[in-house]
Amino acid sequence: MKIGLYPGCSLTGSSREYNESLLAIAKEAGIELCQINDWNCCGATAAHNLNKELSLSLPARNLALAELEGMNELVVPCAACFNRLVMTQHELSEKNDLRKLISDKLQLPLKNEIKIYNVLQFLEKHIVPRLGQLVKNPMAFDVACYYGCLLVRPQNVMKSERFEDPMTMDVIMQKLGANAIDWPFKTECCGAGFSVSKIEIVGELSGKIVRNAVDHGAKAIVVACPMCHSNLDMRRPAIDKYLNMKMDIPVIYITQAIALAMGLTPHQAGIQRHFVPVNLPVNLPVNR
Amino acid sequence: MDTEDLSVKVRRETGVNVRECYQCGKCTAGCPVGERMDLRPSVIMRMLQSGDYASEEEILRSNSIWLCLTCETCYSRCPMELDIPKVFDYLREKSYAEGKVNHEARDIVTFHKSFLNAVERNGRLHEMSLILDYKIHSGNFFQDVTLAPEMYSKGKLHLLPERIKDRVGFARLFKDQFKKRKS
Amino acid sequence: MSKIGVFICHCGENISSTVDVVRVAEAAGELEGVAFSTDYKYMCSDPGQTMIKQAIKEKGLTGVVVGSCSPRMHEPTFRKACKEAGLNPFMCEMANLREHCSWVHDKSEATTQKAIDLVRTLVEKVKLNKPLFSIKVPVTKTALVIGGGIAGIQASLDIASAGHQVILVEKDPSIGGHMSQLSETFPTLDCSQCILTPRMVEVAQHPNIKLLTYAELEKLEGSIGSFKATIRKKAKSIDENLCNGCGTCTTKCPTKKIPSEFNTGLGMRTAIYVPFPQAVPNKPVIDKENCSYYQKGKCKVCEKVCPTGAIRFDQEDELVEIEVGAVVIATGFDIMQPSGFPEYGYGKYKDVITGLQFERLASASGPTLGEIRRPSDGKIPEKIVFVACAGSRDPAKGIPYCSKICCMYTAKHAMLYQHKVHHGKSYIFYMDIRAAGKNYEEFVRRAIVEDEVNYIRGRVSKIYEENGKLIVKGVDTLLSAKPVEIEADMVVLASAAVANPGAEELAQKMHVSYDSYSFFSEAHPKLKPVETNTAGIFLAGACQAPKDIPETVAQASGAASKVIILFSKDELSRDPLIAVVNRSPAPVFSTCVGCFLCASACPYQAIGEELITNRQGKVIKKVAKVNPGLCQGCGTCVAFCRSKSIDIQGYSNEQMCAEVVALLNND
Repeated sequence: MKIGLYPGCSLTGSSREYNESLLAIAKEAGIELCQINDWNCCGATAAHNLNKELSLSLPARNLALAELEGMNELVVPCAACFNRLVMTQHELSEKNDLRKLISDKLQLPLKNEIKIYNVLQFLEKHIVPRLGQLVKNPMAFDVACYYGCLLVRPQNVMKSERFEDPMTMDVIMQKLGANAIDWPFKTECCGAGFSVSKIEIVGELSGKIVRNAVDHGAKAIVVACPMCHSNLDMRRPAIDKYLNMKMDIPVIYITQAIALAMGLTPHQAGIQRHFVPVNLPVNLPVNR
Repeated sequence: MDTEDLSVKVRRETGVNVRECYQCGKCTAGCPVGERMDLRPSVIMRMLQSGDYASEEEILRSNSIWLCLTCETCYSRCPMELDIPKVFDYLREKSYAEGKVNHEARDIVTFHKSFLNAVERNGRLHEMSLILDYKIHSGNFFQDVTLAPEMYSKGKLHLLPERIKDRVGFARLFKDQFKKRKS
Repeated sequence: MSKIGVFICHCGENISSTVDVVRVAEAAGELEGVAFSTDYKYMCSDPGQTMIKQAIKEKGLTGVVVGSCSPRMHEPTFRKACKEAGLNPFMCEMANLREHCSWVHDKSEATTQKAIDLVRTLVEKVKLNKPLFSIKVPVTKTALVIGGGIAGIQASLDIASAGHQVILVEKDPSIGGHMSQLSETFPTLDCSQCILTPRMVEVAQHPNIKLLTYAELEKLEGSIGSFKATIRKKAKSIDENLCNGCGTCTTKCPTKKIPSEFNTGLGMRTAIYVPFPQAVPNKPVIDKENCSYYQKGKCKVCEKVCPTGAIRFDQEDELVEIEVGAVVIATGFDIMQPSGFPEYGYGKYKDVITGLQFERLASASGPTLGEIRRPSDGKIPEKIVFVACAGSRDPAKGIPYCSKICCMYTAKHAMLYQHKVHHGKSYIFYMDIRAAGKNYEEFVRRAIVEDEVNYIRGRVSKIYEENGKLIVKGVDTLLSAKPVEIEADMVVLASAAVANPGAEELAQKMHVSYDSYSFFSEAHPKLKPVETNTAGIFLAGACQAPKDIPETVAQASGAASKVIILFSKDELSRDPLIAVVNRSPAPVFSTCVGCFLCASACPYQAIGEELITNRQGKVIKKVAKVNPGLCQGCGTCVAFCRSKSIDIQGYSNEQMCAEVVALLNND
């Protein structure tokens, strides 16, 4: 089976392990993810903060290119890119003249009908049904599933029903044998794009999340967003500074959890690329 | 001087009618950076309602609009379903275009602009480009100096950029987008 | 041969300042069939009416047209005058020269001409008028009151005291409604049950009131003055005549862990139960869904211990048919479950409760005997946060209207808490304070100043638990929207007042209008607050809209007075301007073909069928028949009828046609 993939800039750069683990588990499940040819940056936070037209034209170019390639479904693993693509699709579907304007600017046709999935929707639809046979190493410990903001909000565009207490990732982790704890910081903001420009804000917001996860007994935080991962993992020193305490809890991507559960090696899952050492209370498969 | 209320412009560009806000403050109550803002979201809505020119200037020159993380928590909880993040996007664009960015928010705006500069050059984000651009424009030369080598060793930092093929068509999207304008 | 009298009114200057009334009278006098035409300053006055009566007698008038104000103003006046002069009142019509002419145009030739046209039109109509007679509908002087809360209780007592029979139907095992769940009532802090239970007992003992509890309305047929109601008496599994209310069965029942509805889930009850100690009637019912015997065939302990042998496991629901003349709907309201607001944590955290649940905690007969205790661990909360508008005034996830009572009961709750927990600290997050009743504002000030309740103006964004405390994230908008975080031991949500879950179904059963929130609709929001658009059915209490106890009691008495007015006559007089299916001699009998399209179109279910039989009783034809007691004369059936067999008396097709033709021939 072939499905379109929009990787976004972080998956090829600072969140390489997300891409690696995603492609690895897709391969195990017999799914081919095809990158959109000549995809561009979606503009992330910067575009919509500074310029409305760019915030629409940058994501729209990717939708148009995907359409040209005949893709009907598109997986967008990065939560921020997913949010930008869906928001763009929503805005352009509501305003036909705006869609025409952007299409003219791009000099590309734009029907705007492609189905866009985030990683959780993709996993739910294509991976979870096949999980049964594939789980070799159950992740039998307490995990805190952290969704962040952009996967679930704004709820009318993202079409999320349980936007205050989502369960999609929790259900997947439960299928892997984990105990997904109930905790109140599932959708609290981690500090988003201030990773470089206002590190102390990230330290505070991500610090509160980490502390709450640890207080509730979690042994790992599972995420589905490169920005959240970066803030919770790479920016751990800022978190430790805010909390005045060294926090050891590792942060892994949902795709990595699935990869490890499937029996893939830590290397295949890209665990070594993390800043906070990933020590999980179960035996990880030996590096082949 | 333009005599149209800012709230009228907001309504036209974003569709949000600030009159519907009844000042309950739930947006501010849930905002992760509410404590740090000089003008909190519900206060900004009130200032827009007032139609007072001085208040409108204060909004555009505030640090609040830049501290906003667009986490969408306010919009998801607003009883009147007002799209505050969309209003703030509009206020930010206006603030930047009119050169009214708050001094304390300079770093934030510099980061955003450096990001877009990097994207404009290559079509995709080349992190080294972004960081260099940011450091030059913000003056934060020594920020994260120890981080870069570690990122490189973990394979997360590329020295050379990945470039898209249709750079000419892409550049068209950026043309004239950042012309400064008078208020 | 028509001899019509035309009387043009100046209406002071209301008509004469814009219309040349003298000319209108002159023009009317020249019409064929008009025997008399005049103008006068005030036709509705005594001398004006006398003028009409004299003209009828002296000129032998066969019809009257009064060119004056709207028929809604004075049609009854002029018709009464005609009747007194010996002319059938329905031979009198009014041409509206005021609301339809002088009040909406400027003074001009065209305006006067229009007035002349209007008068001519009505003259042509009156030429085709036939004498009609009021329809008499008998009145059964028994009232059905649905709902046994304070509204139903008050209405029943008033109607019964006026000497009429009342049947009070209540779906719960006891009457009392939400008022019986309250601890103390604002603004007096009267003990709710203390003021309510005497009324409840009065209802049970009143000779004119028949109390049917654990019963619901199954069907309602008929019309004002003569309704037929079918009541379903649900099987209580008890012989009420034998049961003496000793309560032994409830103490011995082994199934003890059923969440008590009366205690809003904070306490438990048994399968055979009396909802609360002061219940009226104080007789238990068996909850079949939770009783071991009904579910699994075991137990029957209650039957063994009952001293009078009153348990009847084989009892079935009973359908009772009653004839009543009027119905009062007093079914009350419900509290919205705040689980629609996941950010508040209701349902997730045990110590986040609703206002009604707080009432049960504060009530001396409640699960904690009146002590405010946390449902999670039974400890007394040191800090309590009240969240107002938790569901109301919220188009996004709740209801957009204001629930009216929450500002007052929240202030009351905070006061009760402060009285019971002297060292406790209470906070109320509010948007506005609506305290419009008598002594209400003073009550709220007392809470703030004397009882030191901390009011913070702002809403709460999120409530979550940390280390056994509830973290409440709110804001103080009066302090430039300063975020406020409180670590509370308990949170009380003032959730919205909404219609009862079965309200829509009940309204449809009775053909009563209701709004998009399933509150029953009053006939006119200002001037007819206790009537519905269905004649003979009245409203009382919160089933119409959220309201407090004083208003409910007042409205209940208002509804009762409407019923008493209705019952003050033995017969109801209705205007005969209703639809009638034509009848003619044999062999046609009627042009009606029996398609009954009219019956399906009729909004009032007023059309039934009639069997036309020959002398031997053989059915020749089935035709439509209009129920004169129900028909409202809307004319929908006339428009639908394909064979033109149905027509409105007094507004026949022929008359309408004549009016239109008269308007067109205006030379």
